[in-house]
Amino acid sequence: MIRSELIQKIADENPHLYQRDVEKIVNTIFEEITDALASGNRVELRGFGAFSVKKRDGRVGRNPRTGESVEVEEKHVPFFKTGKLLRDRLNGK
Amino acid sequence: MADKTLTRMDLSEAVHLAVGLSRNESADLVESVLQHVSDALVRGEQVKISSFGTFSVREKAARVGRNPKTGEEVPIHPRRVLTFRSSHLMKDRVAAGNRAD
Repeated sequence: MIRSELIQKIADENPHLYQRDVEKIVNTIFEEITDALASGNRVELRGFGAFSVKKRDGRVGRNPRTGESVEVEEKHVPFFKTGKLLRDRLNGK
Repeated sequence: MADKTLTRMDLSEAVHLAVGLSRNESADLVESVLQHVSDALVRGEQVKISSFGTFSVREKAARVGRNPKTGEEVPIHPRRVLTFRSSHLMKDRVAAGNRAD
C-alpha cells in the first residue's frame, strides 16, 4: 500500500470530506511525526508503535574504495518499535 | 533535545488545526489511518509512505533460544516482525534537527 492508496481508502470511508482535505489529513499525520522526531521528541501510538530518535556515536570509518580513514560524526537516526497489539496481530493472536 | 512525547492526541490536534474538523472527528481519522496501515501489514503488505518511510513485514525462521538466566534451551517459533525503514528525507531532517551545536 502506498500513500495515495491510503488516502483513497480514507476518502472512500468518508464521502462527506473533500479529497483534498483527506490528503491534507494523511499528510499532516506523517508530517507531524517527522517534525516531532526532527525536534528530538518521541511519538508514542499505543497499540501501533513508537517512533523515537537514537543517537549514533561518532566513529572512525573507512572509505571502502580507497581504505582511507574518515571521521564519521555523531548523528541521530529515526527508530520505530512495533507496539504489542500490532506485533500480536501480525502473528495471528 | 526536547524530550517530549507526542500521542494520538497531538496528531488529532494537528489534524484539527490543519483541516478545521472537530477534535472528535480528527481523532477518529487519526485512528482510521493507523488502522488501515496496521490492516495492510497484517495482510502481509508493505506500506510505503513517500518522504516518510516504509513499513515491511519480515518472516523470521524458528530457532533455538536460551533463557539467559537459567541457560535452558527454549524453542523460538517462526514469527512475523515489522521493520520500519525511514526515507532519506526523514533521515536528513532528523539528523539536521538533532545536530549538536
